[in-house]
Amino acid sequence: MTSAAPTQNIIMEGDAVTRLTRIIGRVLLYLLLIVMSLWFLAPLFWMFMSSLMPLDQVGVFPVQWIPRVWQPENYTQALEFWNFGTTFRNTMFIAIVSLIGDIGSCTIVAYGFARFRFPFRDTLFLILLATLMLPFAVRLIPVYAAYDAIGWIDTFYPLIVPNFFGNAFYIFICRQFFLGIPQDLLDAAKIDGASEMRIFTQVMIPLARPAIVVIAILSFQNSWNDFLGPLIYLKDPDLHTLAIGLYKFTSLPGQGGIYNQQMAASTMMVLPVLIVFFLFQKQFIQGANISGLKG
Amino acid sequence: MATAFGSQFSALRGRRRERWRDLSPMRKREAKMGLLFITPWIIGVLLFSLFPFVASFLLSFTKYNIVAPPKWVGLEHYVHIFTDDPLFLKSLRNTGVYVGGSVAIRIVLGFALALLLNAKVRFLGLWRTLFYLPSIVPIVALSVIWLYVLNARAGLLNSLLYAIGLPRFRWFADPDIAMIGYLIMSTTWVGVTMVIFLAGLQGIPEEYYDAAKIDGANVFQRLLRVTIPLMTPTIYLNILINIINAFQVFTQVFIMSDGQGGPRDATRTYVLHLFDHAFQYLPPQMGYSSALAWILFMIIFAFTAVIVATSQRWVFYQGSEANS
Repeated sequence: MTSAAPTQNIIMEGDAVTRLTRIIGRVLLYLLLIVMSLWFLAPLFWMFMSSLMPLDQVGVFPVQWIPRVWQPENYTQALEFWNFGTTFRNTMFIAIVSLIGDIGSCTIVAYGFARFRFPFRDTLFLILLATLMLPFAVRLIPVYAAYDAIGWIDTFYPLIVPNFFGNAFYIFICRQFFLGIPQDLLDAAKIDGASEMRIFTQVMIPLARPAIVVIAILSFQNSWNDFLGPLIYLKDPDLHTLAIGLYKFTSLPGQGGIYNQQMAASTMMVLPVLIVFFLFQKQFIQGANISGLKG
Repeated sequence: MATAFGSQFSALRGRRRERWRDLSPMRKREAKMGLLFITPWIIGVLLFSLFPFVASFLLSFTKYNIVAPPKWVGLEHYVHIFTDDPLFLKSLRNTGVYVGGSVAIRIVLGFALALLLNAKVRFLGLWRTLFYLPSIVPIVALSVIWLYVLNARAGLLNSLLYAIGLPRFRWFADPDIAMIGYLIMSTTWVGVTMVIFLAGLQGIPEEYYDAAKIDGANVFQRLLRVTIPLMTPTIYLNILINIINAFQVFTQVFIMSDGQGGPRDATRTYVLHLFDHAFQYLPPQMGYSSALAWILFMIIFAFTAVIVATSQRWVFYQGSEANS
């Protein structure tokens, strides 16, 4: 007993040291996480705070975080300049129709790739993946020229119609999901005499709901955020989307200085996305993950 | 997706191609149904990928201003680009800075953050949400915000530098460092890469670390010998995707420099240069722009090819030869 005591003591001391380093490590870890969170969130927090400030407070150096006077009228003034009602309606229209097109076409095509054998299927799927790597700059000009030739400039068609022909990435997501559904289930439906169309609409689609939610979110986010498309296809101010409206509002000569109203307008554009994000966080993260891992 | 490519290729190699006339009547019916289901995509890929791909190649040898039909000029645009367009080289260099910097930031910072969150932290979901949050903000709003973050006089970043006693910078007002501003802004999207890395890290079996611990490996050895080798497929994929995307950087630069790429073309990126010729010049120079687009395509293709070709040497696929 007595001879064992010193070694035990040493072990105890060693434990205390490792525990101490572990605690220090943990403190540093959380400190780092907090610093990084501040880095990521400060710009958004400032957007919101400055949207409620009087104009002269926005330009103060070093930056101030709490409005001296709370000025919610920045929002109503921003709404006056920025054609929010029209741009919001246009954006919602484009987003919803595109979403219907994306979900419809991508589930149908993905089902074709996932559940049927046909010649060149794997080659075609490889082509599908390859189109993901084609730079948009290469497509831009001929597609624009074609829309111009058929009179689709200054209409919503260029922003909506392509979504009815399948998006490679969404098809990929959906196909992965379909492949995971057990074949037995389909065989059972077939034995019961269900047609392919019935199996698709009444068995597969309900089962694929998680994948469809991911696609719906990505599609909606895409329409809501799109800038280049509306920029080149929509010249008429009555057709402008939120993104273009916000851009015009912030870049008009003479309005370069009204930062508080610009931040109010930005907040109005960001808020719906944040709400959708908090409602469907899991699907957002899944959407990001599928692009990186599956397959 | 990179592994998806791999498995698709091996699937192609492995199976003998089926010919239509060898199929049984039942298999023929199945094949017809399959083709019917994928018809929308076939039409889509012909209209929105193949047609523009071929057409832009042909247009690159013409003078085309949309109003009049294209006029064949042979290699004139390409000669002009390489001999007489100083902004071509400048925009390429600016884009190169962005590609190198932003891909490094996203991979290194994204991996580091994922490692932190994988260290059994509390409130994992909360941290992940906070880090991911900025990347969902619409890019127009983000650009408006970052114009102010990087404002030379009273911006957020200069306030921060001032608060910790560092010198301030003129960011977008200074041609020498204007591109650095966009690199700092690109930290906004680190959360996306982080989420992908984190999911990869969480997929590494605990037993590997236990075995390494028994063999006496310390934290750094475990990182170098277990974590990083197992993560190479994900790292590879992210490098690939991020390089392809970074070469096409456009929207934030367009918005924040009001379509000019200023100051003095210091932030004129390649796609901005190309866009300028097609949509801001009067009359539009769609042919010239197409030539620029095809050069960009070749550059991206070359980078992709090199990365894919060298990947066999450093990308490690767990326990299978199927993808190598």
